[in-house]
This record gives sequence, structure tokens and C-alpha cells, in this order.
Amino acid sequence: MMKAKVFVTLKPSILDPQGKTIANALQTLGYGSIQDVRQGKYFELEVDTSTVDHARALAAEVADRLLANPVIESYRVEVE
Amino acid sequence: MKLKFAIVVFPGSNCDHDAYYAVKQVLGQEAEFVWHKEASLRGANVVILPGGFSYGDYLRSGAIARFSPIMPRVAEFAAAGKPVIGICNGFQILLEAGLLPGGMRRNRHLKFICEHVNVRVEQSDTPFTFKARVGQVLRIPIAHGEGNYYADKETVTGLEKNRQIIFRYTSSDGELDDICNVNGSTAAIAGICNAGRNVVGLMPHPERACEPVVGSADGRVILESVLASFTDDSTAQVGLR
Repeated sequence: MMKAKVFVTLKPSILDPQGKTIANALQTLGYGSIQDVRQGKYFELEVDTSTVDHARALAAEVADRLLANPVIESYRVEVE
Repeated sequence: MKLKFAIVVFPGSNCDHDAYYAVKQVLGQEAEFVWHKEASLRGANVVILPGGFSYGDYLRSGAIARFSPIMPRVAEFAAAGKPVIGICNGFQILLEAGLLPGGMRRNRHLKFICEHVNVRVEQSDTPFTFKARVGQVLRIPIAHGEGNYYADKETVTGLEKNRQIIFRYTSSDGELDDICNVNGSTAAIAGICNAGRNVVGLMPHPERACEPVVGSADGRVILESVLASFTDDSTAQVGLR
């Protein structure tokens, strides 16, 4: 069994209204050094396989099909 | 002969009955609910993907619903050039399914916006705007938190060039104005069509604005248009089906 982690974020060119609002809240709390926040989604997939490559390929496939919307989001996969 | 409208019901659809009422009571046509797990659109002439919160908007609006068993049938129906309209969540589902280009972001100011807005008709050669006038401003309600339409520059240029932008948020005079673009959509886009012009998606709810008693009857022209696209001889002249 392998665990694949998928991190989905809005593409850098796309305005993230939620991240912006969180950044503003942090500014209000006095964290002036935090200049920007980008909010994303995190998925843990339990994959029944013995190879890292297979887990990675599978995670990327489902990220493309369902977990991320390639029109507005990009993703990164980590396997352990 | 009455037209048959299939209204696809997903778990979490909540404007399905509004659409049913508008088709049946206002237009006087046949309407049938089609559960998303059904295998057939039952010989319908028009398909409506109604508004709501399919699958609770989990993951992204429309992201799960697009894999419902009925969706391949909807894609075939669309590919055959038959009229499909996605309203609000239905629009989001069409985007996720790739039947229309682009995607949705959270509204610019994060607020769920529920109010009447002014929407300008940009093109009249689709089955859903056939009876409307280009430049006509419709007062129609919106109700969404994730209606901030996004498409990259290249896609928007393509939409402009092929006249696929069908509705824009404007002032009551039909002027483009950043304040009137309530959710922050790219190019103030409220609705678009596909390259074949038979699939239309829009965030505003025409089915909720079909009688003066509910505040506006401006949405009626959208439903009446699809009716006319079947009966009117002049449809041939504008290249509909």
C-alpha cells in the first residue's frame, strides 16, 4: 500500500479571492510580513500497489480527471 | 405538437421544479424529470441542466455531477446539434464536462450573491436567444457563490471571434461597467454557447423570471426562443439546426 498526496492550487495567473481574504485577515492580526496567501486543496490517496511509479501515475491520472480542473488549477503529486 | 423538455435532476439540484413549472405552466410544453442515474433522455427535444448544488458542490461545483451516468447521453444529445441549456449549477456542470469552455472561480468579493441583475443579450442566433434582440437587457436573478467565469486570454479571444459570448452583465442601460459585473467574471461573461451554438450555459436564472408576479418576466424570452427555434421557419435563415 502506498500513500499518494495530491496538492491542488489555482494557477498562479488566476486570482484567488479566498487566499486574498485570508491574507488580509493575517495583516489585520499583525502578520505584516505575510504578503500573500494562496489557498489550495490537499488529498491523500491510499493506493493498492507496490511501485512508487504506479502510485504516482495513478494519482496524476485522477488529478487530471477529477481532483483538479486543468482550466483553472494545477497540481503536484508526492508518493511515500 | 408539444415539445418535450428533459430536466435532469442531480442529488442537490434545487431549481429543477422552477424549470418544470416554467416549461409546463408558463410555456405550456411537456416537461419530465430525468434522474441523473437514468440511461436515457427519453426522447426529449430539449435538455435543461437546472440550478442547485449538485453533490453539495463538493470538490468543485459540478465536478462530481459531470460523471453521472446521464452525462454521456447529454454529450451525445449536444453533439447531435440538439438544444441543451445549463442554468447556474447546470452551467458549471457543462464547463466541468468540457461541453463549454472555461471554468468558475469563487465570486470576486466572496459573497454568495442573490439578487436581480441586468444581463445584455449579445447574440440572437442560438436556440435560446432566437426571440431576443441583440442588445436587449434582461432583468434576471442570480444566486451563486461560484459564478466568477474564467477562461484564458486565448479562449476568450476565440469566444469573441466566434460570437460565443451570449450574455454579459451590464447596467440597466446595457452599458458595461465593472460594478455591474457583480461576480468579477472575465469579460463580464454571464453566459456562453459552444461552437455549434446549440449548447448554452448561463449563471442567471431565466426560469425564475417568467411571470411578473415574481418580479420579472424577462427570462421568458429565453424559453420562448427555444420553442420558436422548432416552429419558426426563419430558423433556417439563422443557421439553427
